[in-house]
Amino acid sequence: MTTTTTTTTTPHQRLATDGRSRERNPRSVIFLVALWLSLFIALLTLLTLIVSTFIDGAGRLDSRLFTEFPSSRPQQAGARPAILGSLWVIGTTAVLAIPLGIAAAVHLEEFADRHSRFNRFVEVNIQNLAAIPSIIYGMLAVGFLGLLGVANKNIVIGGAVALALLILPVVIISTREALRAVPRELRQGSLALGATGLQTTWRITLPAAIPGISTGTILALSRALGEAAPLLLLGALVFVSFDPNGLLSGFTTMPIQIFGWTNNPQAEFRELAAAASLLLVGILLAMNALAIVIRNRYQRRW
Amino acid sequence: MTTLRTTPAGAATTPPLPGAPSLTGRPRPLETVVRWILRAAAALSVVITIGIVISLLGPALAFFREVPVLDFLTGTRWAPQFADKSFGVLPLVTATAWTTFIALLVAVPFGLGAAIYLAEYARPGVRRTLKPILELLAGVPTVVFGFFALSFVAPVLLRGLLGIQVGTFSILAAGLVMGFMIIPTIASLSEDAMTAVPQALRQGSAALGANRMQTTLRVVLPAALSGIVAAVVLGISRAIGETMIVAIAAGARPQMVTDPTMEGATMTGFIARMALGDSRIGSLQYNTLFAVGLLLFVLTLAVNLVAIQLVRRFRQEY
Repeated sequence: MTTTTTTTTTPHQRLATDGRSRERNPRSVIFLVALWLSLFIALLTLLTLIVSTFIDGAGRLDSRLFTEFPSSRPQQAGARPAILGSLWVIGTTAVLAIPLGIAAAVHLEEFADRHSRFNRFVEVNIQNLAAIPSIIYGMLAVGFLGLLGVANKNIVIGGAVALALLILPVVIISTREALRAVPRELRQGSLALGATGLQTTWRITLPAAIPGISTGTILALSRALGEAAPLLLLGALVFVSFDPNGLLSGFTTMPIQIFGWTNNPQAEFRELAAAASLLLVGILLAMNALAIVIRNRYQRRW
Repeated sequence: MTTLRTTPAGAATTPPLPGAPSLTGRPRPLETVVRWILRAAAALSVVITIGIVISLLGPALAFFREVPVLDFLTGTRWAPQFADKSFGVLPLVTATAWTTFIALLVAVPFGLGAAIYLAEYARPGVRRTLKPILELLAGVPTVVFGFFALSFVAPVLLRGLLGIQVGTFSILAAGLVMGFMIIPTIASLSEDAMTAVPQALRQGSAALGANRMQTTLRVVLPAALSGIVAAVVLGISRAIGETMIVAIAAGARPQMVTDPTMEGATMTGFIARMALGDSRIGSLQYNTLFAVGLLLFVLTLAVNLVAIQLVRRFRQEY
């Protein structure tokens, strides 16, 4: 019986002392350090990117960048038309994509029959659209403009259509998630008071989902603002020496201007590219931060 | 939510008692109109897909009338602009395969490591701070990543610190930066998958005497596997379709890539470069663009559908 007593006492003692050390055996510690390192490397990349761009471009981040037109002489060159072009294109993109995206999401989340084959197809289709390479949307816009018989591809509305189609699935998916987070009881209460389905959506469900919808929409617009590939196909890499002034105006945008300067072997243009990158990254990080703040502060937990 | 109705079920079958209020709502033509508008907005996504297929297929078919499909898919020389034209797409495909592979080599371990830390180890406060910062990495525009590859990763990191002989443009620098770009995608999707694993499984494992690492590796990871694979597959899809990084940092010379320090043109890189030139609508050059675009679309479509199926599976499991 001596053996049994030893086997019953030792594990017991070991449990008391080993509760911690089991978490601290060498392999577990190495594993945890590896996890730490992976997160650290991701964060380090972000930091290095910002710092190295800052070192390259801080010298040129001055008023000329905002007020001057592009020029073959780097000292005089600026991104004024690109900044204005980005504003025009993103503004138009927002007007096109946000109402359409919210409408589609409301239909799919509130009214559509989940089990119909068509709606399931629509759902898979939207998920797939969200993962299609952005450059394909440029080809779609080229095809669309060709269909309308527009000879000049480089127009604000063309770029806006390409970007709106690109972010539409993102807006739909995030709006649906926001609507899904609104509890059923709110809708049922409204319906019980005699409101119709649409009245309930308009006055109860949508207002309750506004924080979630704005977070998703801001993130989608920030993606569109940083996107260059589809606009390349619309011939947006051009020398724009005027302020874009309408939907049919020629345009270039900030990312495209940066791409253009990056391609130039002259060191001064690299510096300009870095300065414009800093500006763009600054705007985008601010938009992302705003989205996160809205999500954390205004999103109600039901 | 199923369809919301204003008329209670059965109201039509039982005749209303005299004096009882009518429960059938008054007809609202405007509501019907709005409902149809919403329906149309949802159906638009299907129209977009059809539009993509048509706009790619038209010029691509014209291309394949001049160049046999087999020559396109198996040829090893890509020279659409030379006098001695050749349309073998394999150089572009190998360059895409290499950049994607290198990107995954970076993004899968680091993305997964970050996800495991956030899902299994980090305290809620730490997680709430670190996760948004990690997501900021996904908010950096790809042009800026491309510039970063050209101005820092190739000259400073690869040539300076690691002593790897790469030129100004290389598949390696582009792939590495692309990998950093994809880390947040993989991290955030696999973290979702791991968070979806029920707490009871972890408690059961701990009750059997496993420590946190054993629980993570033997219980949580296998349970979240389909979600993690979906995250990786979506990462592949993003790497294949990423354009600006490779257009800036991978180079423009289409050649069969056998070594990552070479420069090379990927499918997307070729499309971006070619789009800069002035190609007339209907010319062979223009059609070439769409033939490569069609191949790109088909490849990513296949990858996406796999990912969507996998996500659906892990959503259903618990």
